[in-house]
Amino acid sequence: MAKASAEAAAVVRVRIPSPLRSYTGGDDEVTVAIPLLAPENPPSLTAVLAALEGRFRGLRFRIVDEQGRLRPHIRLFVGGTLATDLGAPVPSGSEVMIVAALSGG
Amino acid sequence: MPRARTRPAATPARPVTLYVATRKGLWTLTSDPARRGFKLAGPHFLGHIVHHVVLDPRDGRTLLAAARTGHLGPTVFRSSDRGRRWVEASQPPAFKSGSGRAVDHTFWLTPGHASSPGVWYAGTSPQGLFRSDDGGATWAGVDGFNEHPQRKAWCSGDQDGTPDGAKLHSIIVDPRDPAHIYMGMSSGGVFESSDAGASWRPLNKGIRADFLPEPAPEYGHDPHCLRFAGGNPDRLYQQNHCGIYRLDRPGEVWIEIGTGMPKSVGSVGFPMVAHPREADTLWVFPMDGTDVWPRVAPNGKPAAYRSLDGGRTWRRQDEGFPASQAWWTVKRQAMTVDAREPAGVYFGTTSGEVWGSRDEGRTWRCLARHLPHIYAVEAA
Repeated sequence: MAKASAEAAAVVRVRIPSPLRSYTGGDDEVTVAIPLLAPENPPSLTAVLAALEGRFRGLRFRIVDEQGRLRPHIRLFVGGTLATDLGAPVPSGSEVMIVAALSGG
Repeated sequence: MPRARTRPAATPARPVTLYVATRKGLWTLTSDPARRGFKLAGPHFLGHIVHHVVLDPRDGRTLLAAARTGHLGPTVFRSSDRGRRWVEASQPPAFKSGSGRAVDHTFWLTPGHASSPGVWYAGTSPQGLFRSDDGGATWAGVDGFNEHPQRKAWCSGDQDGTPDGAKLHSIIVDPRDPAHIYMGMSSGGVFESSDAGASWRPLNKGIRADFLPEPAPEYGHDPHCLRFAGGNPDRLYQQNHCGIYRLDRPGEVWIEIGTGMPKSVGSVGFPMVAHPREADTLWVFPMDGTDVWPRVAPNGKPAAYRSLDGGRTWRRQDEGFPASQAWWTVKRQAMTVDAREPAGVYFGTTSGEVWGSRDEGRTWRCLARHLPHIYAVEAA
């Protein structure tokens, strides 16, 4: 069985929008490391969100519902590209941006 | 057979605190002992959509707040010191993974029975029933309802199209029996459990459902608000989409009691409150339910209506209100009573005003204005 190590971890920078900064102690950017079982398989957004939840309990449920669906007014960008699926790969060193999409008046 | 009743005593002359939940946060209004002056404080959770805030009557200090924001999912905040510090629930109400359903917001909070400290119930949109056994820190679905094979039929499907989302509300626990619970659903109707939520049955006989093809269905009705009569939990009052009703248990058939309301006002509204001690006394706050359902004060002239005889007759109470051109209304959790003698009656409006009466509705004063759209007012 493959063993994760500090060397085999994807490091991802996550930009946090203001509605979620109560969870990050006010930080607008945090870094998470996700263990990699195989270097050629980058983690998914799902894994990034799990890592965020591990550090900031309660954050994930505010942006992903209990069925694993992104909430209607949340968008996620990976490396500047809108992700349409939580299975989207997040290469090590990339940036995830959580956007609380503009809506309503 | 009707069970024994106990008549609650009036609370002594101490300050009253109103918890005012709004579309943009939570405020409090605290009175002097005579209830002449009220001081506004807040906001807490500025910018959060707060649907309900309730003080635990069992300890007098635990507060729960049901909140979400425009962007973020729903949660519950808890305070154990009457609102000075708040902590988020570690496991807010959420449907089971794989059920396909997601809580949009927690709409209603009810403390459990006096003999069950730490127990709370929550009703959500879409319709779901949840229970906490640890003072609101963690919540689990009440499977007897959420997983009931008839649940989808009772709720007219998973998304029944009610404006602002379908609601499970008015969870009320029999003060004589923690296992005996009623609740209402908009839409769905009134349901009763005698086994702490393990099983449920519809309780809607006699209620009109004019908006459905079948005018007298077993379920599918639209109760707006359900209350126990003061001092008599064998009597229920209901403000429904189709009128005002009373049910005296162990009877099974609701009696329509809104027919005595003036025709120009009608018997449609969201809230109703019962006197804390007098079983025949209740208040409603009518709204315009004609045509396209404007849901504002009928003719722009707001008024409460009080009955002193269990709904046989009604008297208008509007002294102090604007006489015309006032187009607000009152949501279903936004009207409440205190336990003082005489009872205080309070409500919050869709236009952000809080009104109160310390003489059981004879005269009204505006206690606060310029707040956001008010969803709920609770007195403690």
